[in-house]
Amino acid sequence: MLSNIGISLLVLVLILSFLIIYNASLDLKISSQSVKKNIYKLSLFQITFIILSFFTLIIGFINSDFSLINVYENSHTAKPLFYKIAGTWGNHEGSLLLWVNILVIFSYLFLVFNRNHDKKFRLYTLIFQNILILGFLFFLLLNSNPFNSIYPIPLEGLGLNPILQDPALAIHPPLLYVGFVGCSIYFSAAMASLLSDYGGKLFAQSIKTWVKISWCFQTLGIIVGSIWAYYELGWGGFWFWDPVENASLLPWFAITALMHSLIVLEKRNTLYAWAIILCLLTFILSVTGTFLVRSGILNSVHTFASDPSRGIYILSFLSFMIFSALTIFFKKYKKENYNFNLKSKEIFILANNWFMAFFLVTVLIGMLYPIFLDVLINEKISVGPPFFNIVIIPLVIPFMILMAVGPKFGWIKSKNKIFYKALFLILVAGVINLFIFYFFGKYSLLSNLIFIAAIFLILHSLLDFKNFINNKNKLELPRIISHLGFGLLVFFIGINHQFSLEEDFNLKVGEVKKTSAYVIDFEDISIEEGKNYKAIIGNFKLTNLKNNIVQYLNPEIRIYPNPETLTYEAAIKTKINSDLYLTMSNVSRSEYYNIKFQKKPFMIWIWISALMITFGGFVQLTLKKNEN
Amino acid sequence: MKISFTKIIILSFAIFILGIFWQGLKTNKNYDTKNLVGSKISNFQLSEINNHQQYISEENLKKNNYTLINFFASWCAPCRTEHKYLLNLSNSKKEIKIIGINFKDKKINANNFLSELGNPYDFVGKDIDGKTSILFGIYGIPESILINNELIVIKKIIGPIDEIQFNEILKLIQ
Amino acid sequence: MNLKIFFSIIYFLFLAPLYSSDERIKLLEIYKNLRCLVCQGQSIADSNSDFAATIKLVVQDQVNEGKTKDEIYNFLISKYGEWIVYQPTFSKSNLLLWILPYFIFIVGGLIIFAIIRKSKHNKAN
Repeated sequence: MLSNIGISLLVLVLILSFLIIYNASLDLKISSQSVKKNIYKLSLFQITFIILSFFTLIIGFINSDFSLINVYENSHTAKPLFYKIAGTWGNHEGSLLLWVNILVIFSYLFLVFNRNHDKKFRLYTLIFQNILILGFLFFLLLNSNPFNSIYPIPLEGLGLNPILQDPALAIHPPLLYVGFVGCSIYFSAAMASLLSDYGGKLFAQSIKTWVKISWCFQTLGIIVGSIWAYYELGWGGFWFWDPVENASLLPWFAITALMHSLIVLEKRNTLYAWAIILCLLTFILSVTGTFLVRSGILNSVHTFASDPSRGIYILSFLSFMIFSALTIFFKKYKKENYNFNLKSKEIFILANNWFMAFFLVTVLIGMLYPIFLDVLINEKISVGPPFFNIVIIPLVIPFMILMAVGPKFGWIKSKNKIFYKALFLILVAGVINLFIFYFFGKYSLLSNLIFIAAIFLILHSLLDFKNFINNKNKLELPRIISHLGFGLLVFFIGINHQFSLEEDFNLKVGEVKKTSAYVIDFEDISIEEGKNYKAIIGNFKLTNLKNNIVQYLNPEIRIYPNPETLTYEAAIKTKINSDLYLTMSNVSRSEYYNIKFQKKPFMIWIWISALMITFGGFVQLTLKKNEN
Repeated sequence: MKISFTKIIILSFAIFILGIFWQGLKTNKNYDTKNLVGSKISNFQLSEINNHQQYISEENLKKNNYTLINFFASWCAPCRTEHKYLLNLSNSKKEIKIIGINFKDKKINANNFLSELGNPYDFVGKDIDGKTSILFGIYGIPESILINNELIVIKKIIGPIDEIQFNEILKLIQ
Repeated sequence: MNLKIFFSIIYFLFLAPLYSSDERIKLLEIYKNLRCLVCQGQSIADSNSDFAATIKLVVQDQVNEGKTKDEIYNFLISKYGEWIVYQPTFSKSNLLLWILPYFIFIVGGLIIFAIIRKSKHNKAN
């Protein structure tokens, strides 16, 4: 029954999308300045039905209704309620339903919140957004339908993958999708802007809130994913330049560039064409990322199970999107006259875009090159973390310096005293870096420069914060918080990378390993029966040789039945100044266990800085209209 | 619509990328080391499983027209299913010698395995810690390599030998 | 005179730390650059598989024999193909990979430069 309700609701939404496109097209020709009332009504029905369909699926999961194939494949009666619900979007079909939901929700909200903008523009946006909705709905109904039913109804589900039962992983997709999919609305708005000749400052104002919202959630989604990877995947890292991670990063670079360019577009009514390109590019990158990850063309630690038909469909739709965007853009593109001074804020925002474009291109090339070589010359290579780190990190240095100095410049032109202050702060940063270098440990020239640039950015931001407290100019606060967060993030990642201790060794129960800083005593093993697994728990005593403090860590090997899966739970002790990290795995056919031990300084500050970056974005969303 | 140079570049670029994606969907995704066919086996020394004073090296293999090097272990289930093909090869009158390398196993278990299922090998070497397997580019068990008298790899079989691969080996050693 | 002192300070602050990096081969660094062939996107350092354990032994032996990082990578590439190293080699087929990002960066810089030039030109008219 749920199957029928779900499919009916989706078909209704499909029909409504057609009706909206039809009615909006008719209304375009009518000269009155307000959008016809029935379009609002149709949109309201549309958003109601799509949300209901999503709830229908959730109910299916809560009730463990195995008549739905999707619930059968991805759930289990023994799953805790919270994870049953999260299971709704933790699979391909369910996440696609979430995708369509967000497309519709943003479509409705954009319509309703932009009443004071040009009617043609709003109608075109609605039309394009609904074309996107139709595209994804057809994909959903024909290829990846979460409401497909199965008969006879199985008694129990298959889906008890323990790795997916984690709170961070549960909220990670919805957060990320508000970013990923939310950018669809300004893709549609950009197409609409071109067709209705509604550009410049007004266009910037119509989309800027949506850009900011998608940026905040995309950033937050990426951070939550990293936190999950660190705590759950058992390797002590938080970023692996894995295809799925890169797929979420590509739109992020574009949204960040766009967010900054909109400031220029709104203030100085220039860079319109570039802003349009970014709007179109962002959602194109989202869909490209989805294609790369769900089609099976790349292999990665966390791909969804792949199916070639998905790849074909998504690629066809992506091609359609790209060619439509190019056609309309080329048709309507008008040359702009630029009027930029070298010493102006606009140039620094252009510089931000320049660097964002570089980072984006690097990640994109890194992801695509193996496919490219494989197809063209049948050679298989890997492009992994060393490539991305080597190419990107050196350029983060000038990027941070520009980030610190850029906001100081005024619109149109500025005075020279900015440089003297910058010079002074570079020297201070240099001194602080030297202090760290001589007292805590030696590192390479590149690392020195990274620290100096990061400290420079941090100092600038702190001074700006002091000024903010004095002059209460709220406009500056979000930027100060986010830029400070970025400087701190790079700084702590640098410290963490330089001063981490890592050891990999094999030990039998009862043996002791002495490293340069710690004595690790593998005291014993205990076995525990959990709710749905059996755990082998290692009891380790760690003694810090510098201060003789003793700590106990208990990593686990968990054995889940049906199908038999092994997971390795890391023991992590988080303190304000460092994390201790221990994982153990059994060496086959031997009494030895492979132990990986890490001490990671300031790990929690990496999360705090990253969250600070997001926080700045949320602060900006809450600034009242007249302050913005 | 005036068609400018930049537009053509951008359009070609888009078509190129999308084309690569289309092709990419069709190619095989799982990596295997079959591309090593054509490379040469080099310096190694294997001691016999029951007698560590007896050993063979690449020099010995040059005397054979063809050698099949088979990595196996007593704890490996698929190794049992391929065993009959190895016996078949060793009993045939073909110009092929079969070397077995016992991978990460105990001598006693390996010997029991061979007495139970039959011993197709002209020489059984041992690889207790698995390091020799790396010399041969092995990454799983069972895995077999067919080489000729110049020590060039002419076929690599990943996983247990099945009927099809057995026939392919027969064809190659004619 | 002041400028000389200034530049000496800059030199001291920025270039002095140049002469002290750690050249010892770090095993873990090698493990992180090697791909586990039987896993879905994990390095030898992160993987708990049997294959990873064997590779680690081989790498340890070669480091103890005094081989350099590149020698070890080349050895493993000869056995398993370029797929096994995460850092792409600097070969002809990978030339585009390493150069294209910087090329785009330079192109971006030129575009900005051109925009500023055009602005000055517009202002002059």
